[in-house]
Amino acid sequence: MATPNDLQFQEFEEAADLLSADPGAPTLSMSASNDPTTTAGAPAAGEDVKLDLSEDEAAQEESSELLGGQKSAGGFWTFEYYQSLFNVDTVQVLDRVKGSLMPLPGRNFVKHYLRNNPDLYGPFWICVTLVFSVAISGNLSTFLSSLGDPSYHYRPQFHRVTIAAVVIFLYAWLVPIGLWAFLTWRQGAERQVGGYSFLETVCVYGYSLFIYIPTSILWIISYEWLRWTLIVVAMVISGSVLVLTFWPVVRDDTRVTAVATVVTIVVLHTLLAIGCKLYFFQTAEHTPPAATKAPPIHPTPGGAY
Amino acid sequence: MASVEEASRPFAGLSDVSISEEIPVEGDIAVPVGPSTRDDEFSTLDEPVKETIVRDLRAVGNKFIHVLYPKRSSALLRDWDLWGPLLLCVTLALLLQGGAADKDDQGGPQFAEVFVIIWFGSIVITLNSKLLGGTISFFQSLCVLGYCIMPLTVALIVCRIVLLSSSGKVSFAVRLGVVTASFGWSTFASTAFLADSHLTNRKALVVYPVFLFYFVIGWMILTFSSGN
Repeated sequence: MATPNDLQFQEFEEAADLLSADPGAPTLSMSASNDPTTTAGAPAAGEDVKLDLSEDEAAQEESSELLGGQKSAGGFWTFEYYQSLFNVDTVQVLDRVKGSLMPLPGRNFVKHYLRNNPDLYGPFWICVTLVFSVAISGNLSTFLSSLGDPSYHYRPQFHRVTIAAVVIFLYAWLVPIGLWAFLTWRQGAERQVGGYSFLETVCVYGYSLFIYIPTSILWIISYEWLRWTLIVVAMVISGSVLVLTFWPVVRDDTRVTAVATVVTIVVLHTLLAIGCKLYFFQTAEHTPPAATKAPPIHPTPGGAY
Repeated sequence: MASVEEASRPFAGLSDVSISEEIPVEGDIAVPVGPSTRDDEFSTLDEPVKETIVRDLRAVGNKFIHVLYPKRSSALLRDWDLWGPLLLCVTLALLLQGGAADKDDQGGPQFAEVFVIIWFGSIVITLNSKLLGGTISFFQSLCVLGYCIMPLTVALIVCRIVLLSSSGKVSFAVRLGVVTASFGWSTFASTAFLADSHLTNRKALVVYPVFLFYFVIGWMILTFSSGN
């Protein structure tokens, strides 16, 4: 006959997921026998399960520690708050980058990789790297594609760095703000469970941009079919990271809203990729759209664009 | 009455102790006077201006030598100063001017762009390293990052000299080699100072932005092409 001594505390995977979604939820647990407050006076077989609602705060603190969640310390004006956002190790960052490169249908990026510990290191430095890689690769590809042209004089085109920085940082920070605000509004209006916090949204968008870094470096090779293949592959991978992350949140909503949200995410992502390609990686037929005083000297071999 | 008077006088109980009048009480009271230059060692108000400047220059030069031979010394960290970084940054920005087609925006970086990249980049890297839990202070880190630009500045001078002579493939290969070597040197020198102040499992996170920073500066130097 089962006695309270035989009861073991079991932690289930779903429970961990639910808890990570909402650490404030009251938990139902079967306490071990060395806890005298709950098992004292408990009859034998009938009442094995105790509702720990009375010990809510202790259980919540304990469960958040079990999940390894680092709650942000202090208000957003203190230094410690931001330090808690950089609380990642090299291994964790590499792990998250790998997760953004290989999206699998079962793995939600936020739940599986972030685990209540969003960081700002990844998004920020991935954006900076992307800015420079796009600008430098664009410059290199322009140089290589006009290598045989004797009248072409190499120019560093440093203004592209500024433009790339503005575009990429706007995308990586404004779009998550809009998306998060929209999802929070819908969550308040509807009965959705578990939206993402603002930092988690920014984090997902930042890590999803990582695939574009090797893509932009490979774009130096100036074969159009290769470039289009690469861009389609990159868009599929990083788009699916975003879709897999946001679909579980949105699918409880009305059909129209859910599909519209996901389509908007994908469309904005596509616009970014194609826009970058068209502006930074132009082939030799096109002249750079900067305000040059002299008209282009070299003839355009391919005809009109 | 006499007892009150006796009690009120100091050393009243000694009045009956007699000191012979024949033994003179004499001696010397000498107050040791310290070296009169003691204060002057700490106050530098009175020294000639040349001496002040030379002392600062010597400190800056000392740090340059530490960058040239980076070893685990703490001289750079302890006595930080920002003169060296400012000097290097202005030199770099000035030398990157006069490039190809400077007039329109297709050319190389403007003076302000170089300045902003170097200083803003250093500040961002320092903030990043502090947020990751580094023990180095803000200005020490700025000092280290600024001083370690020196190999890249030397490379730029060499590149400009090479460009004076020719501008073909050979000169490009030479410039590429020089810039790559100095970029590696800068990164190695700065990580020798910075990486010590972090936990081992975050070293790569701290070193990568430094690598990116010097890579971008190296790129700016490499793509400098002289105007026609």
